[in-house]
Parts: sequence; C-alpha cells; structure tokens
Amino acid sequence: MQQQFDYVLRTVEERGVRFVRLWFTDVLGFLKSFAITPAELEVALEEGMSFDGSAIQGYTRVQESDMLAVPDPATFEIVPWRGDDAPVARMFCDIQNFSGAPFEGDPRYVLKRNMDRAREKGFTFYASPDMEFFYFRSADSPEPLDHAGFFDLSHTDMASDLRKQTILMLEAMGIPVEYSFHELGPSQHEIDLRYTDGLTMADNVMTFRLIVKQVAQTQGVYATFMPKPIQGAFGSGMHTHLSLFEGDVNAFHDPDDEHGLSRVGKHFIAGLLRHASEITAVTNQWINSYKRLIVGYEAPAYVCWARNNESALVRVPIPKRGKGSSTRIEFRSPDPACNPYLAFSLMLAAGLKGVEEGYELPPEATTNIYEMTAEERQAEGIQALPQSLAEAVEVMEHSELVAETLGEHVFEYFLRNKRAEWNEYTSYVTPFELDRYLGVL
Amino acid sequence: MDEPLVVFPDPPPPLLAQTLDLAGHAWKAVANAAVAAQDEPPGGWAGAVVCAEDDPEGAFGICRKLRKRDASAPPTLLLVSGAQLSELDLREDLFDDFCLSPFHPKELEVRLRHLFWRTGRGTSPEIVEYGELILNLETYQAALAAKPLDLTYMEYELLKFFATHPGKVFTRAQLLSRVWGYEYYGGARTVDVHVRRLRAKLGEEHANLIQTVRSVGYRFGQSRLPGFRETTAES
Repeated sequence: MQQQFDYVLRTVEERGVRFVRLWFTDVLGFLKSFAITPAELEVALEEGMSFDGSAIQGYTRVQESDMLAVPDPATFEIVPWRGDDAPVARMFCDIQNFSGAPFEGDPRYVLKRNMDRAREKGFTFYASPDMEFFYFRSADSPEPLDHAGFFDLSHTDMASDLRKQTILMLEAMGIPVEYSFHELGPSQHEIDLRYTDGLTMADNVMTFRLIVKQVAQTQGVYATFMPKPIQGAFGSGMHTHLSLFEGDVNAFHDPDDEHGLSRVGKHFIAGLLRHASEITAVTNQWINSYKRLIVGYEAPAYVCWARNNESALVRVPIPKRGKGSSTRIEFRSPDPACNPYLAFSLMLAAGLKGVEEGYELPPEATTNIYEMTAEERQAEGIQALPQSLAEAVEVMEHSELVAETLGEHVFEYFLRNKRAEWNEYTSYVTPFELDRYLGVL
Repeated sequence: MDEPLVVFPDPPPPLLAQTLDLAGHAWKAVANAAVAAQDEPPGGWAGAVVCAEDDPEGAFGICRKLRKRDASAPPTLLLVSGAQLSELDLREDLFDDFCLSPFHPKELEVRLRHLFWRTGRGTSPEIVEYGELILNLETYQAALAAKPLDLTYMEYELLKFFATHPGKVFTRAQLLSRVWGYEYYGGARTVDVHVRRLRAKLGEEHANLIQTVRSVGYRFGQSRLPGFRETTAES
C-alpha cells in the first residue's frame, strides 16, 4: 500500500496536478465528487476525508452523519479531458464510518463484499456490459441528431465523431472498448466495454457515463442513458456479459458438453432465471425502465434463456471455435441507468445461488416467445418480468436473496425510495391521459 | 555493478584491458561464444566489449550469440577499425554502440557509461528506455514519444517489468507473481485485463510493443530470435 501511496503522491507532484477529485456513488447510482488539493492528499490517503453523509442519497442516518471517504490508490488516474495545463486526477473512494468499519450503504462496498463471497468459493467474477445511449440536441426534448440505423455507415455525421472522441478518451482512462456502432434507434449508439473484474467494471461504468456526457457537452449536444426516451423507438439497455473464472479456467466452459456449457454455467443461468424478477427493481430502477421492458423492441419481457434469440432474458452467445475461455452468459434486462455496483452484485448473487443450490436449468426457449399466446407461455412455464416499478418493488420486498446481497441498509433505503417515487408517479396526470380523456370525457 | 563485462578476444588488446581496469569495470575475456556462454555469471553479463579488429568473424559471431536467445542481451559495444566500417552494414542489430579503433581511452569510457545509462544499468539505473518509451523509475513517470503516459499504479508496475525485461516471454502466472507478487483479486485473467489497458493507453501505434505469444503469455518488444515472430492479434 505504501508504494501505491508513493506512486500517487509522486505523480501528483511530477505532473503538477492541481486538484484530486474523490469519487463515490450514492445508492441510486449517481456519481458524487469532491475535490481536494495536493496538500491534503497524503492525509486523505492515510486517514480518509470526512464529509457529511446526510446529503447523499441513501447514506442518511440520523445518529451518525459524518463519514470518511478513503481513496483507493489503485484507481488513481489523470483525467484526460482537462488538458495538460492544469491536470486533474481522480480516485474512487471507499466509504467508512468513523470507527474505520466499511459503511454498509456504500454500493462499492456491497459489490466488494459479494465478490469476496464468490472468491471464497474459488470464483472470480468478470463482467462486460454493452452500453447503449442516445444523443439529443438538448436535455429538454428527445430530438435526435440523425435518423441512421443499425450499423449504418454515417461517417459524416457528428454523432460518429462524438463516438470516436469518446472512445479515445475512454482508452486514455484505461477503459478498452470492444465494439462501437450506431444502434437501432435514431441517434442511438452502443459502446461495448471489454471484460474486466466486476469491481473495476462497475468503476468503469461510472467513468463511462461521465465521459459520454462530457464529450457530448463539449459539442453542445446532450447524451442520455434514460432507458426509453422515445416512445415507439428502441430503448437503451445494458446487456451484461458475465463469466466466472476459477484461476485461469473459465468455469462456464466444458468442452465435452454438446453446447460447451459446464454444470456451473447451467446452474448459474438457472439462478439468474429463478431470481430475475426479484432483482429487476435494481437492474431496472426507474419508472421509465419499464417502458423499455416490453414486447417488440428486442428488450426482454419474459424469463427464459436461449442460445441465439434476441428476445430471451438470458442469452448464451456461442463462442468462436477454440475460444472456450470466452464462454459467457449475457443478461439482457439491465439498463444503463442502473447502479452498476448493486446490479452486478445481484446478478452475481443470483447466479451463485443457482450454483450453490444446484438449480436445474429449464429447457431452452426455442421459438420466439413473443409470438406465443399467454396460454402457450403458461403451458411452458414462462413467466413475465415485472411490468412496472411498483410490481418489481413488490417482488423485491419478499426476496431473501436481495436483502442478503444488498445488506439491510441499502435494501431498506432502496425500497423506501422507490415506493416514494411510485407514489409520486401515481398522482401525476400524464399527457397520455390528457390526450386520451380530456376530449371525450 | 556486480557482474563483470564479457570481453573479446582473449587476451584483449592491452590498451582495452588497461582502460577497463582504470575505469573500474570488472571484466572477463573469452576466446569464443562457447566460453562466453559457459562462463556467464548467474545474473548475466553486465555488458560486452567486443573487439573486431583481428578476428571480425569471431567478433560478429559472439555478438550474434549474445543476442540470439530469448533473454535480454547485455549492452554491447563493438570496437572496429576504420577499414571495417563498411562491414557494419546490415549488422546494426548486433551491437548497441561502436567505437573506432585505435580508440581514445576517454571515448571508450564515455561510450560505455552512456550505454549503461541508456539501458538502465550502471551508474544511473533510474531510467529505462525502449525505443520511444522512457520510464523514470525514481519519479514513477513514463513517457512515450516525449508525451507523458498517465498510468495507474499497477499499469506502471507492469510496464516497468516489461521494459526492464525486453524480448523475453513471460507466462501469465510469472507476471502475476513477479509484478503483483501475491494472489491478486482478479486472478490470472488480471494480467490480460491490464495488458489490454496498457495497450489502450500506449495507443494504436505502439500497442504492439506488448506482444501476445499464443498459448504462452506476453513479450515486450521484439524477440531476440531472428525470424521468430508471432502474431499480435489477440481476438
């Protein structure tokens, strides 16, 4: 640790860094930041910086509102968008109580705790999300920059320029990109991040959202991760590829299985499926999230798995030949406006539960589930995902798995916050109602 | 510097022996490549001073032998006469610097010191250079093509390890134990992840400084074995 401190202190000195931004995340997944000067850095690294937690969503506690933000020196990076004149650096923080114990409301701690649990069982958890988002002319209305479609070569448009700049900046921050392309919706884009361990990836998702928004801002446009900004168009998802490794070996891969999937892999999928509805309130945490999880826009609405079926909740991409180590599971319901620490924690916990309990994998969905009638689905035992935030919260409330994974503090706060959001929504008279009812009733 | 220099031929020209002694270098003369290999100290030769004047074939042979292995070669200074200069054509890969013979003792001394400095050995081990990459081990700073590289601590440590062991292939497990030094959070896949991050930061032009050696691991820079080059593609 001392060597890492030295590295950070020396780099700040050598590069003439003026401010170090300390980042952490609230329970709803918003990035919080405060800046310290190099003079304060040494103390911050060794003792942490105190701040008033009562101002942070989900940190509130009446009896003890002062907390410590302790920077993680391994996450020290110079941020590339501030130029070389007055470099600014950032570090992610772990939040502690004054006693020095980790604060259980800190989402980063929740994920660390769950990754430690996986590690005790010999597994390392890797994740690789496909991030979808829209560019609009402003935050006031969802007015697209273009009308190009999936994989369209639109090299003259501003959006692909934006995407290119974004990718360069991501790479400069050590976030390698796998693919990037124009998505299905107008002005919709996708950037796929290359897999890394779950904790680093959750940090990366936070950095990613900031960079995408910052680059858009420099060009006078607005980037959004809102799950369904345009009615009648495709929504933005965060399909997440998951894998477990035992040392060097992909635990999901079995070369002798006809589909290349190991027992662990099958149980993991079964766990994800069985607990999918319980974790949906977190993977899809906004009222708007449920406008995306509907039939007809390649977003999952039903709980099932398949090898190559874009409408399935869990997809198992077929690895290239001889690439068994890239065997992975794609969980397709999360959206990019989730809290990645909590969402990854729950995906991991649901899958691990399946492994621990040896859940049987239900048969693969072979037909397009959307074309089935409700009766046919029922006959096959295919359930629907929650169709509203209220329903999702209701299911989550009864989940032992979610309570245990998130910890009592986050679980309780999350339910309270989401119920309040839903209550506000129910009293809201929507344009839908005015359009439909005012003229006729 | 603990390890001696290897000097060719045996015995070396008296002025060379005298210059090395006066400059305080430990050295050992060898008659041919086989002896050089046999007498090599466990830590490797600190450097090589090869005099090509009397036996150019033997001299180039020993230079070649020192490089022709998948480990870092000792920094090599070649001594040639003016008449032999044309023979250096197409042999520039065999030595790191050369000195015209008859040489001025002071020149030889400066060239040796400079060579050690450049390769991160000897009096100023804080700088490691490889092509356009420079690492200052004292200040933890790295620069590529004169532009500072912004690295995390582990990225820096990995790059430092690579740059101080160019041309040598390491398995993931070796890198994990020598760079991370303990069973790290991410497991052995951590190495892949960090290599990918490093490549992203080195930029497209320099990403292939770190080569993937299929089903073995990684190597920094070119292999010392001529004609033995693997693809860099990972995916």
